Amino acid sequence: MKPLEDRIADHVKRIPRSGIRDFFELVQGRDDVISLGVGEPDFAAPWHIREAAIFSLEKGQTSYTSNLGLLSLRECIVDYVEGQFGVRYDAKSEVLVTVGVSEALDLVCRALLNPGDEVIYHEPCYVSYNPSIALAYGVAVGVQTKVEDEFVLRAEDVAAKITDKTRMILLNFPTNPTGAVEPLEELEKIAQLAIKHDLLVVSDEIYSELLYRGDSGMERGEHISIASLPGMKERTILLHGFSKAFAMTGFRLGYSCAPHVLTEAMMKIHQYSMLCAPIMSQNAAVEALKNGAGEVEKMRRAYARRRNLLLSRFEKMGVPCFSPGGAFYAFPDIRKFGLSSKEFALRLLEEENVAVVPGDAFGPAGEGCVRACYATAYDQLEIALDRIAEFVKRL
Amino acid sequence: MDALLELLEKNARLTTAEMAERLGKTVAEVEALLARLDKDGALLGYHAVIDRDKVGDVLVSALIEVKLTPERDGGFDRLARRIAKFDQVTSCYLMSGGYDLAVIVEGPDLREVARFVSEKLSTLDGVVSTATHFQLKVYKQSGFLAADTHEDERLPVTP
Repeated sequence: MKPLEDRIADHVKRIPRSGIRDFFELVQGRDDVISLGVGEPDFAAPWHIREAAIFSLEKGQTSYTSNLGLLSLRECIVDYVEGQFGVRYDAKSEVLVTVGVSEALDLVCRALLNPGDEVIYHEPCYVSYNPSIALAYGVAVGVQTKVEDEFVLRAEDVAAKITDKTRMILLNFPTNPTGAVEPLEELEKIAQLAIKHDLLVVSDEIYSELLYRGDSGMERGEHISIASLPGMKERTILLHGFSKAFAMTGFRLGYSCAPHVLTEAMMKIHQYSMLCAPIMSQNAAVEALKNGAGEVEKMRRAYARRRNLLLSRFEKMGVPCFSPGGAFYAFPDIRKFGLSSKEFALRLLEEENVAVVPGDAFGPAGEGCVRACYATAYDQLEIALDRIAEFVKRL
Repeated sequence: MDALLELLEKNARLTTAEMAERLGKTVAEVEALLARLDKDGALLGYHAVIDRDKVGDVLVSALIEVKLTPERDGGFDRLARRIAKFDQVTSCYLMSGGYDLAVIVEGPDLREVARFVSEKLSTLDGVVSTATHFQLKVYKQSGFLAADTHEDERLPVTP
């Protein structure tokens, strides 16, 4: 018999092991670790949302739903998206409810890429972008963003990567892992590029509620979706979901809003692979959209306070960190300590029992930084920061 | 201001330096805000929210529905303020609906609370009737859940 390794498809074999996973294995099993390495809220989903899920189970709502998702949910989604992004979609034909944004992204790549088609995305970025493109036989073309530039994606850098094989630009603002927010003038230039070169834009806006304005960040910043710019709705696939703002990661629920023809193509794959998203999650999501705004803002304000703490402590300990406009991550620059981000994270873990994620886990452009997630209870965050201060003092 | 009140409501024990750190303000700014709240009388006080079961306290608490005869000048105010002044009364609210005042009374035991109701409260001129409900168990008070054991069950490192 052939070795089992040889049975694995070439394009899967080519995908490297996840850096996050490597680090996870090191952290797991250690006692008393304070982890700033997570990518999800520390809050449980708000009670009224959990209660709606329980109620739907009590009523016996345990069946399949329409492939596209419950129409009642899609109707809530189009109203919410219009309020949040200023773009109106048709609930019946332009919205697809998916198992997290991750599934939606996978569907986009598989439905819209032919082998060899190029997708431009910005690094450092969420870990699944590059593999999702590669698994759909696409070619992932990374554009590096830099800490000196506060990880803004420059349209000129995007333009430099456009070839006759480019099909899509993949954006994620606010960005995981940096917390960066794209300035409107760059977003407009990128939109112009997309129109000029007839490219689609995939915009993952999962953190769009978590924006911090002003010095204290206590006020919510305004989010501008590229889908809302002139001429962009017809070429944008807008991805959003419930995991971050509503603290519903485990419900695994996301959605895409896109022109009917593209939605149909994605649905074709979704119906045969997933059939539909879980109905209890969809019922919970209806409640989240109808009555969740207050809780979302409460959590956002809690993140804002933690963000203030984190930034002021980093400043005090002399760790350069730009002020992230969104999400719940800070991406401090650790180059002055003369360690790679992996070495820094490893030693911090071993010496102080604090976990942060090495920046290079999010692509080579993340080297020199680490990701610190501040979605962690305040008292834990304070202890973690005390420990980091002790650690950098020794370096 | 709202952001500061939100902090104080959750945890009034923070130092001004800690509040400043959370709010992205300077210590002087926080102190000025606190001084203003104090001057306006907006802060009635600060207190700890205690789970009595945990400290083995045998304090008895009762909610008393009180019906009053309103007075020509001032309605319920004079009598309500008079009732509220008793040390045993921890909260006192004018209510809509079937009775007028909701009075929350605490005492060391059942008999003390009963005595307060029968000797002090119901004998006041203007008090028409009282109905006393003793509290049996606390599930939540002042916004805090009793015996809330939400543990962080997230994986330590996720994308």
